[in-house]
Amino acid sequence: MTVIKRKDELKVVGTRPIRPDGVDKVIGRAAFGADLAMPGMLVGKVKRSPHAHARIRKIDTSRAKALKGVLAVITAADLPNIPSEEAFMGEGPMNFRDLSRNCMARDKVLYEGHALAAVAATSAAIADEAIELIAVDYEVLPHVIDVDEAMAPGAPLLHDDLITAGVEPKPNKPSNVAKRIHFEIGNVDQGFKEADIVVEGRYTTKPVHQAYIEPHACVATVGADSQAMVWTSSQGQFMVRAYCAKLLGIEISNLRVIPAEIGGGFGGKTLVYLEPLALAMARISGRPVKMVMNREEVFRATGPTSGASMEVKIGAKKDGRITAAQALLKYQAGAFPGSPVGPGCMTAFAMYDLKNVRVTGYDVVSNRCKVAAYRAPGAPISSYAVESAMDELAQKLGMDPIALREKNAAREGTKTVYGPMLKNIGYVETLEAAKKHTHYGIKLGPNQGRGVASGYWFNVGGESSAAVHIAEDGTATVVSGNPDIGGSRASMAMQAAEVLGIPIERVRCIVGDTASIGFTFMTGGSRVTFATGLATIQAAEKVVEDLKRRAAMIWDISPEAVDWRDGAAHPAGANAGNFQPLTLKEIAEKAGKTGGPIGAEVSLNAQSPGAGFATHVCDVEVDPETGYVTVLRYTAVQDVGRAIHPSYVEGQIQGGVAQGVGWALNEEYVYDSKGRLENPGFLDYRIPVASDLPMIDAVMVEVPNPSHPYGARGVGEVPIVPPMAAVANAVRAATGIRMTQLPMSPPNLRAALRKAK
Amino acid sequence: MPSFRYEAPTTVKDVVGLLASTKGVTKILAGGTDLLVQVRSGRTKADVVIDTKRVPGLIGIREQAGSFVIGAATPGAELGDHDGLVRAWPGVVEAANLIGSTQIQGRASLGGNVCNASPAADSVPALIAARAVAVVAGPKGQREVAVEAIATGPGKTSLARDEFVIEFRLPKRPPRSADAYLRFIPRTEMDIAVVGAGVNVTLDAGGVCTAAHVALGAVAPTAVLVPDAAAALVGKKLDDKVLAVLDAAARRACKPIDDKRGTVEFRTEVAGVLARRAAAIAFQRAGERR
Ligand SMILES: Cc1cc2nc3c(=O)[nH]c(=O)nc-3n(C[C@H](O)[C@H](O)[C@H](O)COP(=O)(O)OP(=O)(O)OC[C@H]3O[C@@H](n4cnc5c(N)ncnc54)[C@H](O)[C@@H]3O)c2cc1C
Repeated sequence: MTVIKRKDELKVVGTRPIRPDGVDKVIGRAAFGADLAMPGMLVGKVKRSPHAHARIRKIDTSRAKALKGVLAVITAADLPNIPSEEAFMGEGPMNFRDLSRNCMARDKVLYEGHALAAVAATSAAIADEAIELIAVDYEVLPHVIDVDEAMAPGAPLLHDDLITAGVEPKPNKPSNVAKRIHFEIGNVDQGFKEADIVVEGRYTTKPVHQAYIEPHACVATVGADSQAMVWTSSQGQFMVRAYCAKLLGIEISNLRVIPAEIGGGFGGKTLVYLEPLALAMARISGRPVKMVMNREEVFRATGPTSGASMEVKIGAKKDGRITAAQALLKYQAGAFPGSPVGPGCMTAFAMYDLKNVRVTGYDVVSNRCKVAAYRAPGAPISSYAVESAMDELAQKLGMDPIALREKNAAREGTKTVYGPMLKNIGYVETLEAAKKHTHYGIKLGPNQGRGVASGYWFNVGGESSAAVHIAEDGTATVVSGNPDIGGSRASMAMQAAEVLGIPIERVRCIVGDTASIGFTFMTGGSRVTFATGLATIQAAEKVVEDLKRRAAMIWDISPEAVDWRDGAAHPAGANAGNFQPLTLKEIAEKAGKTGGPIGAEVSLNAQSPGAGFATHVCDVEVDPETGYVTVLRYTAVQDVGRAIHPSYVEGQIQGGVAQGVGWALNEEYVYDSKGRLENPGFLDYRIPVASDLPMIDAVMVEVPNPSHPYGARGVGEVPIVPPMAAVANAVRAATGIRMTQLPMSPPNLRAALRKAK
Repeated sequence: MPSFRYEAPTTVKDVVGLLASTKGVTKILAGGTDLLVQVRSGRTKADVVIDTKRVPGLIGIREQAGSFVIGAATPGAELGDHDGLVRAWPGVVEAANLIGSTQIQGRASLGGNVCNASPAADSVPALIAARAVAVVAGPKGQREVAVEAIATGPGKTSLARDEFVIEFRLPKRPPRSADAYLRFIPRTEMDIAVVGAGVNVTLDAGGVCTAAHVALGAVAPTAVLVPDAAAALVGKKLDDKVLAVLDAAARRACKPIDDKRGTVEFRTEVAGVLARRAAAIAFQRAGERR
């Protein structure tokens, strides 16, 4: 186990330097996905299905191909027909056949907006015209959107060959249920028998979009020698490389992916949509092809997370001790299998130390865009149901909601329903901090209420690479394999500066392309500061070893007799000799004489990322006449391990809360009777605006993660887990009404208030 | 964005001439915050766009013997900066200033808001309650039209192809008069009214209402003047009983639709609520003006 540095030993970690990408983003110099232009570049556009479910009888592209200025037209017939093959690259399971068919429909379109052809032309106007000239003969089929309806007997089937996995005996008929998963420990039925009080409820959530500000965009080129390049904004250049290579049958060494600056992802950019199409058309036309989605396409054809239908039951003794807990979770996967119901099941009760737990999950396809990861995929959904039920339980027991959670809290050694034991966790610490916070004591007025909810997220480690190079003037460059979404250029540079003992201003971090740094798993799972941070630290440590060796060479003493501190080599003690310290700059200037350039790259597979826990407290005021909810106060307490750059950590927490509040109050997909999305834009898909939110008080509790020298653990996902229940519990306290359906939009809340009268 | 022919004439006559002579779809441009968004998204086609902002008088606010004349293309921000107008017509100004954001306010106009003919346009119920009149120019000269007679349905107006609005006139105010506008949106800003309510009242020295006008937005295909709701106020001081009658009258005037922004039931209820709340503000403002 790593020795965790004490806080007072750290000079850079824990400070708040100015963000390195700030100036470029503020003045507009940052180059996002849509900002690259190349000579001879074509504009690519996608033809999308107007139907939620239809068989493609025929696609006639002849008139589009004949249009002057059109240089490529593709359909699924122009792409390899990929066989079923499971992969685990992203934040969820992925089948390459499904991925391929999501990028370009084959035989059937499965949701409105499903891509079925693409064109590349010399101008956007010509490409638009060509799209209109593609004639498609559809046989429109009945469709199903809702998860319960999709599971009902007689529901329209999306895939004739989809047999539910995880059910014994194996079903002999296809259905929309891709998978059943089940976790169980202890004796649940006995546990419920022992309970004095049982709460039970049914909860539903709507799918919500990640709502990143930057639409998907890329440029692809393929040379006459088959060497291809994609410039794209994604959460993983290596993910794009792997997926495109697979989908198009390209050798990986022939494909270089260059990460653009990314304008948000939140999990939604862990898949490819446009890149394979742009590459295919670049290959046909011999010209660079640029493709950029508009916002409507982003809403219709890129991943939201699941909507769900859930049942939760919890039994407890009069003193609050939970005797049994059970949940049934049905998650929409969208058009292809692969909802985050697995993590939804695993995280549902993970905040609690329970003997008897049963969780069953269903992964259900329906005629909606295939879901993509969204911050803590699956966890906010099940947590909304479980933490609402916990609030009901506290009510019935007449117990303070924090006290109820303390009584049952997961602690050192708690066994999870999915197997592993929790270690070095800070859940209880978040409860204590929430209880002590001034917020928890503020008196509430009429129509106001306070809600408490907790959340859990595993956090992820995994494969990462980073390099540290020292320049001739003693400054340093870190090359990271991860796109910087949450501030990783800052946190990588800070961790390198800490090891090297130099000021942060002397270290820059860049995001390397797939040909300039070793394989790195994508930016997701809150893994980068931890895992790629470890690679950065180890690379910097190698550099320090090398620097010590060089100082030893200059001084003609043994390397063991050299110490590295404050950015300089020092003789280790009186016996080592009497030398003036050699600074990094002095050694770097003489690098040519001591062995050449100074630098090191480390690739590793980081383990034990350290789970994240959070407890949120939310105050709302409800306008009883309109159902309008004002969030008055919000305090989010989180175990952050050790904050490398506290401002970024606070930003992650506040951002997660903001997204969670939107999920709770207004965000939803509205479909018409034909399964067409009615609100594919930010006017009617209501994410919160700044004035909708109070200043969110992010409280960092620091229980260091022993797998990282500075104690870092992932912080980017758990903040979106508790908000929906925190808001719902506050609304319950303000109105007496338990909102079991999200969103708690004014019309929905007003209807519930009317019904309760 | 699709291309179109752009014209920026400098006289009312030239605007009318162009409207009458151009072929294809011809659109008047004020701030463009509706028009350009619609053209860009493909929802509206435009072959010719006639910018009215260079026509003298189209931008600006004039006070004429106690009544106000507002150029049809005057941006919302200018309304908010005009002290005299804010004092006389706080409801009209707050409605116009609710449109969009600071950036949108630099462009968005009353003419555009009225002629875009959205049932949810924010300034329209306030203008109707204020008994504002639009001055319409055409080949035969000018005519005055009550604001409620401009929109005939979502996206449709009573203007002829060769007509456009040059200005709005707000009547002279008796003492102890004030107006108010409230809208309901699920967020705090940057949204479309689910319901809008404008109330305009005059009180006597004893606080009794002597004249009232109530208009509602987003509860029917066009914004509507609700005489029954106004009648509930005239001859009364504001108390719970009067407010309840107002609420009921406002609800009766609603013929909304169920859509992604709200149900019939919700819109109807909230119309009553907002009418009450706007009336309370208007009464209070008028009462403070003795
Ligand atoms: C981000 C954003 C937020 C918005 N928020 C709101 C809001 O909160 N509330 C709201 O009500 N609206 C809102 N809008 C819509 C729009 O800003 C308003 O309707 C605005 O008042 C339109 O004025 P304009 O000068 O920009 O009109 P334009 O776009 O120039 O014109 C709108 C329409 O009216 C016609 N027209 C304009 N002037 C005349 C005239 N003098 N005679 C005849 N026809 C004319 C045009 O041909 C066009 O069809 C918003 C728009 C955006 C982009």
